[in-house]
Amino acid sequence: MKKKISKIPFKNIPDKEEKLTETISKHKNTPGALMLILQEAQDIYGYLPEEVQKRIARELNIDLEEVYGVSTFYSQFSLVPKGEYNISVCMGTACYVKGASKILDKLTDKLGIGPEECTEDGKFSLTACRCIGACGLAPVMTINGEVYGRLKPSDIDVILEKYK
Amino acid sequence: MYRSNILVCGGTGCTSSGSEKIISKLWKEIKIRGLEQEVNVIKTGCFGLCSLGPIMIVYPEGSFYSMVQVDDIAEIVEEHLLKGRVVKRLLYKETLDGEKIKSLNETAFYSKQKRIVLKNCGLINPESIDEYIAMDGYCALGRVLGKMSPRDVIEEIKMSDLRGRGGGGFPTGVKWELTAKSEAEQKYVCCNADEGDPGAFMDRAILEGDPHSVIESMAIAGYAIGANKGFIYVRAEYPIAVKRLNIAIEQARNYGLLGQDIFSSGFNFDIDLRLGAGAFVCGEETALMSSISGKRGEPRPRPPYPAVKGLFDCPTLLNNVETYANIPQIILKGASWFNSIGTEKSKGTKVFALGGKINHTGLVEVPMGTTLREIVEEIGGGIPNGKKFKAAQTGGPSGGCISIENIDIPIDYDNLLSIGSMMGSGGLIVMDQDTCMVDIAKFFLEFTVDESCGKCVPCRIGTKRLLEILNKITSGNGTIEDIDKMEKLCYYIKSNSLCGLGQTAPNPVLSTLKCFRNEYEMHVNKKKCEAGVCKSLLRYEIIEGKCKGCTLCARNCPVSAISGFVGMPHEIDSDKCIKCGICMQKCKFDAIIKH
Repeated sequence: MKKKISKIPFKNIPDKEEKLTETISKHKNTPGALMLILQEAQDIYGYLPEEVQKRIARELNIDLEEVYGVSTFYSQFSLVPKGEYNISVCMGTACYVKGASKILDKLTDKLGIGPEECTEDGKFSLTACRCIGACGLAPVMTINGEVYGRLKPSDIDVILEKYK
Repeated sequence: MYRSNILVCGGTGCTSSGSEKIISKLWKEIKIRGLEQEVNVIKTGCFGLCSLGPIMIVYPEGSFYSMVQVDDIAEIVEEHLLKGRVVKRLLYKETLDGEKIKSLNETAFYSKQKRIVLKNCGLINPESIDEYIAMDGYCALGRVLGKMSPRDVIEEIKMSDLRGRGGGGFPTGVKWELTAKSEAEQKYVCCNADEGDPGAFMDRAILEGDPHSVIESMAIAGYAIGANKGFIYVRAEYPIAVKRLNIAIEQARNYGLLGQDIFSSGFNFDIDLRLGAGAFVCGEETALMSSISGKRGEPRPRPPYPAVKGLFDCPTLLNNVETYANIPQIILKGASWFNSIGTEKSKGTKVFALGGKINHTGLVEVPMGTTLREIVEEIGGGIPNGKKFKAAQTGGPSGGCISIENIDIPIDYDNLLSIGSMMGSGGLIVMDQDTCMVDIAKFFLEFTVDESCGKCVPCRIGTKRLLEILNKITSGNGTIEDIDKMEKLCYYIKSNSLCGLGQTAPNPVLSTLKCFRNEYEMHVNKKKCEAGVCKSLLRYEIIEGKCKGCTLCARNCPVSAISGFVGMPHEIDSDKCIKCGICMQKCKFDAIIKH
C-alpha cells in the first residue's frame, strides 16, 4: 500500500514526548515491542511523524529503515496528521455492494479532498477504511468514532453541517 | 433475584445503532419508577439480527423488541415493566401471530439455526466471568486438567472431526497432534482473530459476546500441546472486542483460571493480546507470527510449518476464533455428539455473516449441509424490494461466488470448493440483479493489490496486471483476447504465489468468469453493463414521448448536459454527461432511462 507522507512541519509538545518516553520504557524489553510502541505512539500523536520514528529507532537500537518498513506496511499507521474530525468510510464488501463508493464520492466532492488527505484548515480528514464490521447498517461511515449507518449520498450535507 | 431481566445487545452492530443510549435511558426510567431492585438491565453480545438493531429482549416473557428508539423507552418501562403489558407495536413483527406472541426460536430467522459456537452470544453479559461459569464455563478446562491426559484431549478433538474454521478446513486434531509431537522447551498457542475478510464479522461477534470461550479453549490447547503461553492476535479495528478480551483475561487471572497452577493441577498458562494494524496478509499463519514478533507481516515459505517452527522460532499452534469456540463444547458433550451434526466430511456448524442485498443482515449459525437457499430465503428473509437473487459471494477476496444454479447445494467445505468457491471464514454477501459481477471481481482485485505484501513477484505484479485488464474491460476498452489473457494469468498467479493470499487472489475473477462469462463478453463485445454499474459504459437517455419539458432535469444537472425548451422534449449531451443519475432521480414522468 502506498503511503502519503506529511509535509507539515512536526511540532513537539513536551506532554506528548513524556508519554512516548513512558511507552518506550514500558515495552522496551517485551518481545515484539516495535508494533506495540508504534501503536501507542500513534495514539499519542494521532500519526507517526518522522521525528517520532527516528526516536523509536534510536531507543530500541534498531535501524530507522526497520521502523519505517513496519510503519508503511500496515494500513492502520498514518504518516500524515488527521483532521480535527476524521471521517472513515467503510469499504468492506457489504458496504461496497450497497453503494459506499457513492458516499465517498460525495464526501470528496463536498470537502475537496481525496482519501488519506486532510482539508487545509485541518478540520476534516478522509479515510477509506477496511471493514469495520457494522455490515448490518451498510453503507457506514464514522466521524471520530461516531457511527452513521444506512447512508444515502443526500444525508452527507446534513451530517457535515453538525461538525462545521 | 430480579423479577425481570432486560437483555440489550451490545455488539458492534447495535452499539453503532445506539444501544448504549438505550441502556442509559432504561436505567434512568427504571430509577424514576423505583424499580431498580426488581428489574435488571444486562448488556450482552450479538443476537444476530443486526439489521433490526438496537435490539432488546425482556425475560421471563421473552418479548423481543427491535429497532428500539430512545423515545420508546419510557413507554416500555411504564407499560411493560411497571404495568405488565407488552408494548406490541414495538415487538419484532415476526414474533406476532395475531394476538399471540411467539418465542424468538419459532421465527424464521432463528428456527433453522443451531447455536453451538454462539450459544452464549446474546444471552450472557460478556464482561462477567460468573455468567460464563453459570453456563458451564471453564467446566471443560476443569475436566481436561482433572481427568484427561494431553493424549486423551487430542484424541477427542481428532474424533470430533472438527476442521479449521478460518477458511482452509485443516483437521484441527491433526494440527494439535503435530504441535504436541514437536519437542521444545518453549511452545506457544496462538489465536487468529485478525478477521480481515471484508464483510465478515463472525469472530468479532464471538469475542464480543463470549470471550471466555476462546480463553478457556486456548488453555485446553496449551495443556494438550505442552505450551504455557498464548497470544491472541486481534484486529485493532475491533475496539469492543479488544476491551472485552482484556476484561475477560483479567477476570480469568483473578479467578486462578489463567496463571500458575490452574485448578491445582500444576499446569501454568497465560495469555497476552497483540493488536493487528490492518494488514489482510496477517491472516496467513506465518505472516501473523511475524507480525506478533513486531515485524512486517510478510509470509515465508513452508515448510517448516508453525507446528515445528513458528512464533519466535518455537513450535506454535494457531487456530482461528471460531475453531477455538467449538472446543469446550466438544470436551463437555463428547466427540460423537459433535460429529453427529453436519455432513459426511464437514462436521458441526458454521457461523456466517450475512450481508449485502438481503433483508435480515446479521449473524447466523447453521449446521454444515444447510443450503444457500435456506440461508438466503428462509433465514435471511429474501432480497429487498422484490429484486432477483443473482449470486452469493463466500470466502471474501479469496473466495468465489455461488450462482443461482447452485443455490440448492448443501454448503460444506468440499462442495464449495467443487463449485469454485470456498468456505473462507464465513462472510456471505448476497447480490441481486443490480450488482455487476465484473465490477465485484474488480473490487476484490483492488483489495488484494492493496493488500499484497509485495514479497513475491507473481502476487505483487500479477494481481496488478489483472486489475489493469479488469479496469480496461469495465471502462469499455477491453477485447475478447483480454478475457483469455486474464484467465491464463489467473492460473499463473495461483500456482506460483508464495502464500495463501496470492494463491487465492485470482479466485473472484475465475469464479465470476465461470458463472458469468456472458457478462464479461457483454462488457467487451457490446460495451454494455447490464446492471448499470460500470459508469463508463452507461448512457442516460430521455424518451421523447414521455418527456413533458418540465425542465426539472436540466435545472438539476450539475454539468449542464441537458438542454431543451420549456414544454418540449429535452436532450442529454452524452459527451458532457458525468452519469451521476440525478436527472433520473428527479424526473417525475419516468422519461429518463439508463442503459
